[in-house]
Amino acid sequence: MNTMKNYKNIAMTAVMAGMLSLPSVAIAKDLRIVSWGGAYQNAQSIGIFQPAGEAMGITINEDTYGGISDVKLMVKSGADKFDIFSSGAGSCASGGAEGVLEKLDYSVIDVSNHLTGMYSDYCAGADIFSVVAAWNTDTYGENGPRSWADFYDTKKFPGSRAMRSKVDGQLETALLADGVAIADVYTVLDSEEGINRALDKIRSIKDHIDVWWTSGAMHAQLMKDGEVDMTTGWNGRFDVAKKDGAKVSYDYKTGIMDWEGYGIPKGIANKDLAMEFINEMMKPEYMAEFAKYITYGPTNKKTYELGLIPDDLARALPSHPENAKHQLTISQDWYAKWRTIAAEMYTEMMTE
Amino acid sequence: MATKTILNKEHINKIELDQLDRKERYTLFGLTVPYLALVLGLIIIPIGWLFYMSFIGRDETLSLENYERIWNSKAYFRIFKTTFQISILTTLICVLLGYPLTYFMSQLSNRWANICLIGVLIPFWTSLLVRTYAWLVLLQKKGLINSLAIDWGLWSEPIKFVHNTSGTLIGMVHIMLPFLILPLYANMRTIDKDCLKAAANLGATPTRAFWTVFFPLSLPGLFAGLLIVFVLCLGFYVTPALLGGGKVIMAAMKISDNIELYFSWGAASALGVVLLVVTMIILFIASKLVSIDQLGNRS
Repeated sequence: MNTMKNYKNIAMTAVMAGMLSLPSVAIAKDLRIVSWGGAYQNAQSIGIFQPAGEAMGITINEDTYGGISDVKLMVKSGADKFDIFSSGAGSCASGGAEGVLEKLDYSVIDVSNHLTGMYSDYCAGADIFSVVAAWNTDTYGENGPRSWADFYDTKKFPGSRAMRSKVDGQLETALLADGVAIADVYTVLDSEEGINRALDKIRSIKDHIDVWWTSGAMHAQLMKDGEVDMTTGWNGRFDVAKKDGAKVSYDYKTGIMDWEGYGIPKGIANKDLAMEFINEMMKPEYMAEFAKYITYGPTNKKTYELGLIPDDLARALPSHPENAKHQLTISQDWYAKWRTIAAEMYTEMMTE
Repeated sequence: MATKTILNKEHINKIELDQLDRKERYTLFGLTVPYLALVLGLIIIPIGWLFYMSFIGRDETLSLENYERIWNSKAYFRIFKTTFQISILTTLICVLLGYPLTYFMSQLSNRWANICLIGVLIPFWTSLLVRTYAWLVLLQKKGLINSLAIDWGLWSEPIKFVHNTSGTLIGMVHIMLPFLILPLYANMRTIDKDCLKAAANLGATPTRAFWTVFFPLSLPGLFAGLLIVFVLCLGFYVTPALLGGGKVIMAAMKISDNIELYFSWGAASALGVVLLVVTMIILFIASKLVSIDQLGNRS
């Protein structure tokens, strides 16, 4: 009987130890922020997170995460892992609709100088990026695909391609290649037939798609290694890869503009501090510093007005008027309405 | 009188023995309590919960929508097909590579066998992520293997080893091989070599002795290893995601996608349930075809 008791005790201890180690209590004056890793988070860390933390006298602990589903997992399971996350506007909108995010308090967060539409209930816009067609300059020299029509033209541009394994920012490229005007893209996509038209265009080059990439770090690496000759991807990642010696170039004429910002998971203990910290991060000096490390444009107009960004760098940013004028802007409304359906149809196309 | 006393004594003895027997059984049962508690707490309840959640729709009410989606979509069918294809192929390749190697190891002296075992175990101790990336570096278009082979004139165009099924298989076989080798090796070491000598004594050639004596005796180990490999393969995520280049989509990857896509546990749970049920059906059929218990008895 004694042995039995002992075993029971051991089991109980094991179970209790497991329960105790689950929720870790956050210490005040300490914020945990998660982002996408790689060159992007590096730029955020040097340009924004750490200096902003220093300015407010708090310690910023950084980690990477896997996207809005991680936020959902965390909130629904009652875990407490991070206070602020960096996320695309669309993901924040869907997270907000699911009730897993705190509504941002714009009486604390100052967005009075933000570009129109570059902040929302659940996402305070921080940078503007573009989906572009990047090409390997070893393969094509300076005459790579400068339009989506070129990207989809396997006769004019033979070679291997990569596209995203998720639907986001991909269907637009197909319709633009198919001759749809920028203004009409989301009108055409507003039905299953329209989505199928885009998917059929992708199907037409599917044999030439060698890789479906899953992250910005991955498409940057694909170009660095010369694994594919061209790919869709985020402009800033390519610029960083280029700095590191990758043979890669792109043209903003293929650009599709989108923005990224910060959100707060519902129910965190440090909510007020997190709001204040986001407010600090919205200041133009951080956005200017960030752009030096990765070519993503500021959402705060003051950054330009105060002349914080040198002209040659400003011209390399997606949101510079000379670059923006060619570009389609991602429609958050379309994604809110169609993303799930389009994503399943996209997976279906990929697995065919 | 005398007989009666003896009978009585026997009777008392029997009661005593029965009591002891019962006490021993209780003690033995007591020893399993911690494990049973863990199984109940960590396996039975969560799986029951998983089943329950798979019937919860997006509007948080009971519904079959998660299963309808799987049933109606070709993509889900293809994903399950890929999952089983890749798992079966990986298992087969592991057997083809692992069985001869383990046989060789089992015939070595202890010293050399241990050295070989360390060779098997070292990659086993290296992080799965590191090994997967290592394959990427080696096998990609401008990777080490393609560059060297092209330099040496073995082939002129880079061969596409990764970002497809072959890359996934290479990575997975590499990771799963120790799971086959270890149980198989433990089994082969226990096979009495005298049995083989007896077979030879009766006139069997070494080949015949291997196939009629050694091989059947090694089957329990082989099936144990085979099952572990197959079942672990079904849940693979990282390796097909990195080496498959998006062309190999396995169930685990779709489960993760669905959490993000539907923001509901149900859409992901249903996939887990289908995978679990199909796997159990396959294992059930397999156990009917080859009676594992019988194999165990024979050794």
